[in-house]
Amino acid sequence: MLAIDVISTMFLAAGAFFMIIGTAGLLRFPDFYTRLHATGKCDTLGQILIIVGCMTYEGLSFITIKLFFVSAFYLLVGPTGTHALMKAAYASGLPVWRKGDKRM
Amino acid sequence: MKKEGWSFSIALTFCVMFAFWMLLSAWTVYLLEPYDLFKVSSRGILAALIVSFLTYEIFVPSRGENVLLKIRRLIPYIGWELWQIYLATIDVTKRVLGILPVDPRIIEFDTTLRSDFALVTFANSITLTPGTITIDIEPEKGRYIVHAIAKEPAESLTVDQTMQKKVGHVFMEE
Repeated sequence: MLAIDVISTMFLAAGAFFMIIGTAGLLRFPDFYTRLHATGKCDTLGQILIIVGCMTYEGLSFITIKLFFVSAFYLLVGPTGTHALMKAAYASGLPVWRKGDKRM
Repeated sequence: MKKEGWSFSIALTFCVMFAFWMLLSAWTVYLLEPYDLFKVSSRGILAALIVSFLTYEIFVPSRGENVLLKIRRLIPYIGWELWQIYLATIDVTKRVLGILPVDPRIIEFDTTLRSDFALVTFANSITLTPGTITIDIEPEKGRYIVHAIAKEPAESLTVDQTMQKKVGHVFMEE
């Protein structure tokens, strides 16, 4: 039982670490597009790791299967949401930050 | 949609939908006495039948000739994609911490992909792999507009084209 606790805690901690990195990127990057890079990618891996941690803790049951479905649907929905935000910003003519410009 | 393929499409959709229902609500079957098994699972059969008659044309689209072969090719691709998600997050982490530079640019390129499912899969793959996000697609020409965070991720799409070849191989649209 202790081994399962340790393994699932490690997964949860790794997921939380990547979520924090994503938030730091959101604050640190210069413009809208690059900020979406930080949140869109770190959140995907972060939620996968957190859900895998929950699955390890739960063991083999029907709740594990439901958690797996949550993770699988997030893989489809997460990039789609990021892409929708990107397309809306690009269509409304938000300028792209180039190297050497001022922060937006 | 070829007319002779519709029964196969309905059967495939029904199997997937019933398996999905079973996995999500199997605990209701599990708790009851054995003789109630058919009574409870008949609800799932009925729901799966209705859904598969309504949606089999969407679930197995018109280019559905080699569905099983495509699914078999899709599974190793998903494994490769999970590895790419890991690499992408490490890449963004390095850029957040200031180890790698941030030098964004917008690139455009054409692909050979035409069917809806292949276009969507490739767009999602671009967003999940290191340093690139899809902005827009022109489906008639297979043209993608992509925002890249630096020079190397942009060149991996326009010069190397490993991912285009992988997706084209999965959906047989090379």
